[in-house]
This record gives sequence, C-alpha cells and structure tokens, in this order.
Amino acid sequence: MTEHEQQHGEEVHVVSYGRYVLIWLGLMGLTAATVALAGIDLRRWVIITALTIASIKGLLVLNVFMHLKFEDRVFHIFAMVAGVILLIFIVLVFFDYAFH
Amino acid sequence: MTTSAAAAVPHGHAHRDDLGSRMGMWLFLFTELILFGGMFVAYAVYRFDHPAEFELGAKELDTLIGTINTMVLLTSSLTVAMSITAIQKGKKKLSLLLVGITILLALVFLVNKYFEWHHKFEAGLYPQSPDLLNKPPGEILYFGLYFVMTGLHALHVIIGAIVLAVMMVFIQRGSINKNSYVKLEAGALYWHLVDIIWIFLFPLFYLIH
Repeated sequence: MTEHEQQHGEEVHVVSYGRYVLIWLGLMGLTAATVALAGIDLRRWVIITALTIASIKGLLVLNVFMHLKFEDRVFHIFAMVAGVILLIFIVLVFFDYAFH
Repeated sequence: MTTSAAAAVPHGHAHRDDLGSRMGMWLFLFTELILFGGMFVAYAVYRFDHPAEFELGAKELDTLIGTINTMVLLTSSLTVAMSITAIQKGKKKLSLLLVGITILLALVFLVNKYFEWHHKFEAGLYPQSPDLLNKPPGEILYFGLYFVMTGLHALHVIIGAIVLAVMMVFIQRGSINKNSYVKLEAGALYWHLVDIIWIFLFPLFYLIH
C-alpha cells in the first residue's frame, strides 16, 4: 500500500490515492450511520453511539490523513498525552460538579 | 532516492529538520485541542444540567445542512491529503488542483454556514436577541454554545483556507516541491484538525433527538 522514499535522509511513506479514498468512503459511511442512528430513539445510548462513531472517524483522520500511524513513536506518545490531559479535564470537572 | 537535500533542493536550506517541523505543528495542534476542549467541557456540563432544553434547541437546527457540511469537510480532508501524495510523486499540477479543490470546498462550507446563521438571525435567534432571552435558560445556553463553538470553528475554516492558498503560491513558485513539502504537510495537518473538531461538533449540536 505504501511506497518508501527518502525526504532529507528521513524515510517517508507515500500513501496511495486508493488508500485515502478507501478511508474517505469509510468516513462517509460512518457519517450516514450516525445520522441514521439519530433518527432512532436510543434514549441514553444516543450520546454514547454518537461519540463512539465520532471517535472512530477522528481516529481514521488522525492515523491515515494526518499520517500519525507512519510517524515516529514520539508523536504517538505526544498524542496520547494530549488526549489523556483532555480526558482528565473532563473527568475532574464532572467529579467537582457531582459533589458540588 | 538517497540524494542529499542540498543537492536535491537547489534553493533549500542546508539544515532542514522536517521531523522537527512536523512535531512543532503537532504541538500547536494540541493547544488548539485544549482550546476547543475547554468548550466541550462547558457543553458537557450544561447539557448534563439541561438535557431536555438542549434537545429542543437542536430541533431548530437543520440536520440536512449539517450533514452536507460534514461531507464537504470530510471530502476536503481527502483532497488535501491526496495533494501531499501528488507532490511526493512530483505531480505539481495535480497537487495544485487538489489544494485548489480543498479551498473551494472550504468556501462551500462557509456559504452553507452563512445561510444557516442568516436563517437563525431572521428567525430572531442570535446572541442576546429578545426572542432568545425569552426562552428557558437551557436553550439560551445551547444557542450560546452553538454560536461560539461553530463561530470559532468557522474562523478556523477561514484561517485554514488562507493558509492553503499560501501553500498554493509556494507550490507554484517551487518552494514546495517533490523533495521539500513539509510546509504543505503542516498546512494539511491544520486543515485535518479543523475537520476533526467538526466531526465532534456535528453530532453534539445537530443530532440530539
């Protein structure tokens, strides 16, 4: 799927057009799914399914479109730290809020 | 290709650190994540407090326009990603075309957004409008968050389109080329972030039923 080339002595991945189109089709499909699911009364599962689908879409964009998958390990660690910090924000706010 | 950068890029800098450049861009994107993240936290708390009123507010939004705009942004992410493959393969014209399509899709998104907001304003829904202030507190909060979050996102779309227009000039002039395209990568990364933010804004504002 990927060719290897050199950019400034650094090995780079050339992602094929086909692979990008495949990911795009997946993203469009997931968008259709989330809109269709919103029409069904899922009660408290509404927010969970919507956020799960959004997260899958986000990960597809991050990993393939943004090349995170092909980047150095340090990028993965950075991204995880940023994600965990955001999660801590959300969780701490809700703890504070619940016991207010 | 194993030619040295100095030989491959006649006008390029002898000391280039593409990995470092991309890392800097990612660090900037994390600050953007925290900026929007703070608003998502505010959204979560207020929605937790006023679930029924958020639902009422969401009914006023046009799901069709929201869905179309989601597809427009996803497609624009595809074209900007493909423009990098094109430049890597040395296809300058194709790369220019793909970045051009991305900017065009950004404009389509903004035109849709304009009609959407215009429609809301005409219906008397804008920050501090008498009609809005007469609504229950939860709906005022919903529309406050809606205008601030989609407004800040639209500002990012405008900035992203300008950045990509500058990238087109760089490609045209050859300072972005087959051997040196980290600037285009950074511009594309910014554009994808704008897409990811919308991926979350869309269900949270349009798809509450």
